[in-house]
Amino acid sequence: MGSYLIRRILLMLLTLFGVSVLIFTLLRLVPGNIADILFDAAGMIDPVEKQKIIRELGLDQPLVVQYMQWISGLLRGDLGFSYISEKPTIDEIAPRIPITASLAAMALTLSVITGVPLGVISAVRQNTKLDYALRVFSLSGLSLPSFWLGLLILMGFVHWFGTIPIYDRNNTPLEQLAFMLVPAMAVGYRASALIMRLTRSSMLEVLRQDYIRTARSKGVSDTGVNYDHALRNAVVPVITIIGIEAAFLIGGLIVTETVFNIPGVARFLVEAIRMRDYPIVQNLVMFIAFSVVTINLLVDLAYSLIDPRIRITD
Amino acid sequence: MRRPLGAVVPIRRFARCVVLALVLLASGTALAQKSGGTLRVTHRDNPPSASIHEEATISTVMPFASVYNNLVQFDLSTDRQNRLETVSPELATAWSWSEDGRRLSMKLRAGVRWHDGMPFTSADVKCTWEQLIGQRDIGLRKNPRRSWYFNLKSVEASGPQDVTFILAEPQPSFLVLLAGGMSPVYPCHVNGAQMRTHPIGTGPFRFGELKQNESMRVVRNPDYWKPGKPFLDAIEFTIIANRSTSVLAFGAGKFDLTLTGDLPPSMVDEVRAQAPSTICEVQTTNTQANLLINRDRPPFDNAEIRRALNLVIDRNAFIEIIGRGQFLIGAAMMPPPSGLWGMPAEDLASVEGYGTDMATRRAQAQGIMRKLGYGPDKPLRLKVSTRNIPAYRDPAVLLIDHIKHAYLEADLEPIDTGAWYVRMLKKDYQVGLNVQGIGIDDPDVVFFENFACGSERNYTAYCNKDMEALFHRQSQMIDFAARRKLVWEIDRKLQEDGARPVISHQRQGTCWWPYVKSIRLSSNSIYNHWRFEDVWLDR
Repeated sequence: MGSYLIRRILLMLLTLFGVSVLIFTLLRLVPGNIADILFDAAGMIDPVEKQKIIRELGLDQPLVVQYMQWISGLLRGDLGFSYISEKPTIDEIAPRIPITASLAAMALTLSVITGVPLGVISAVRQNTKLDYALRVFSLSGLSLPSFWLGLLILMGFVHWFGTIPIYDRNNTPLEQLAFMLVPAMAVGYRASALIMRLTRSSMLEVLRQDYIRTARSKGVSDTGVNYDHALRNAVVPVITIIGIEAAFLIGGLIVTETVFNIPGVARFLVEAIRMRDYPIVQNLVMFIAFSVVTINLLVDLAYSLIDPRIRITD
Repeated sequence: MRRPLGAVVPIRRFARCVVLALVLLASGTALAQKSGGTLRVTHRDNPPSASIHEEATISTVMPFASVYNNLVQFDLSTDRQNRLETVSPELATAWSWSEDGRRLSMKLRAGVRWHDGMPFTSADVKCTWEQLIGQRDIGLRKNPRRSWYFNLKSVEASGPQDVTFILAEPQPSFLVLLAGGMSPVYPCHVNGAQMRTHPIGTGPFRFGELKQNESMRVVRNPDYWKPGKPFLDAIEFTIIANRSTSVLAFGAGKFDLTLTGDLPPSMVDEVRAQAPSTICEVQTTNTQANLLINRDRPPFDNAEIRRALNLVIDRNAFIEIIGRGQFLIGAAMMPPPSGLWGMPAEDLASVEGYGTDMATRRAQAQGIMRKLGYGPDKPLRLKVSTRNIPAYRDPAVLLIDHIKHAYLEADLEPIDTGAWYVRMLKKDYQVGLNVQGIGIDDPDVVFFENFACGSERNYTAYCNKDMEALFHRQSQMIDFAARRKLVWEIDRKLQEDGARPVISHQRQGTCWWPYVKSIRLSSNSIYNHWRFEDVWLDR
């Protein structure tokens, strides 16, 4: 177990190094840099002033030097300054992380607590009206674009309640939690639908196994068969997809944060890319990459807890 | 039959009483402004900085104009059109011109302090304009208004409250330039970096905070030099990138005012439908869609092809389709009645490319192209480049459809914002569709910024010395009527020369709830009226 963990951590470091090189290079391959963007707001470009900005921000240095400066700063905990706000990058990123993290956690929780039971019900009641209804529900979740769904929700709120659930930093924590539920449902719907479909198909496969028939013949109750015997075995691929969805959630959050006007990191990242704010993009991508590889590791470790047949060996 | 005298008098008396009562009521209302409250305003994007002198976008001007003061400003209480006659004092209490019209002396207001407590003096004025003409570096990164001050030689501070602008030639519009929303006075003791992130001004509101991609806040300046003002405690601008969300939130009462000139006519209709009691004004924004034609490269180095392109544009279609019938047809100067300097409609109709008979114009364009060897079987292939955002892309698509009638087969080339001006600067385009805001409705701004040789905002690098001589001539003219006549002539020549064919002048909406009082919009700009010192909330 110990050496497995060390191997995984080394692999994580290698992955993060690859991501750092990739994001650093890709950002510089995109046409235009921060100086061009800054001049865009002024509706002109003065080549002399532009050179001055490039020099001031150190963008005239060789790429290797720029990369080394960034990485060494990152290792020291110095993330540099945002090109736009001219504030420390950490001050820009840090307050936004909890907002996105809580939204993502709520969305994922909602999708699991609805997706898994509904998937089980759908499998157990295969080819009944309930199954058909649940399949339509899941298919809709996979088909509806989240920006459209978000806008529909907003319009519905305005129409029926005369208010709009968009982020308001003056809200109390309880109000904030209640508000977050709405976008979390919008973004979690897709993940919920995916989990439901996967749970259903996985359950259907497991329910046909001999040991399920054996359990039934022993007189185990339906609930016991479905949840203790079948679901426990069917849930392994579901956990994999939950791990993958956690990573993919960031894509859905970009749209949801924009529609519900939530000042989280996902929308901030897109805006930073548009503005070519390299310190923000690079450090934020590294943070996201770190989160994803950590989640992957935790998911892999979770397999052995769920399914005793899976053993992590050195 | 003659009405008996006795019957008329009581009616007149009654009418007088009603008028008097209305006047008293109105004056009573004027005296009853309520102090306090936070004005909540929608905003569309992250302002690039809080430094107005470095930007040319309403995204910066509207949230931060209230932090600053100008020397002079446009007084909208009597006339909503920004022009020389409406220029009124702000930090300058009085001014006078020398006999030769080359020296503008100003007396500055005494006792004014910057938000950090330092006194405001003529040194700050000198410092600000020396930066703008490149004689001093206080750390500003960009200077988009350099072309405005082509005529300013130097600034003299003869005493703490006395300052003189020395011009190369007489320029009556110089005062107009100083009155624009993009002409605040900066403190000499604060560097550029701070002005971008935490600006210091003398204005009615102090900088509160700027949260990137989230919000901006300015708070009441308790030491403002106008006693009793401002009325509001604070103004909060919330950035809502999605326009649909923004409109829904405003209609649901989450906000009191929308970002000025941000709502296209179709969205104004949506707001009115959702919240019928709101007040919405559609104004001419001094933003125009125009064509950038690269005349240095084939095929548009050929004046005849440029002419055909200009002839085949159906401006009415742009106005109906993109502007829902609200946009205006005009040349380089904003058309009347909103604009002061634009050609009258009958004159404009006689400019080539503006006549209403589209069929004739198309036939003319086809004739030109046929002579040059092009036709339905042998179209001229080209690219129409534009910024990859809807406000640019939509008219570009329409343009591509129009020019097909002159055997010009174009592909759309959407260019990322970061690369747009770089491509313009390198002249790496054939035809570009551009949407451009202009700070002040004045020929000195429009001509020198967009058409003068060497100006940074002259994207096509149009350079015609004869025309430039005319720009200078009109700039020096005192007589308004004569000057306007010359401006019309210049504008006609610019259009006929295809310098930057104008497609349409935009009109966009601003909405607010009835309890927001004293919002006054200019008829010919969105940039010059956002001090917010008179605005109050009646709730």
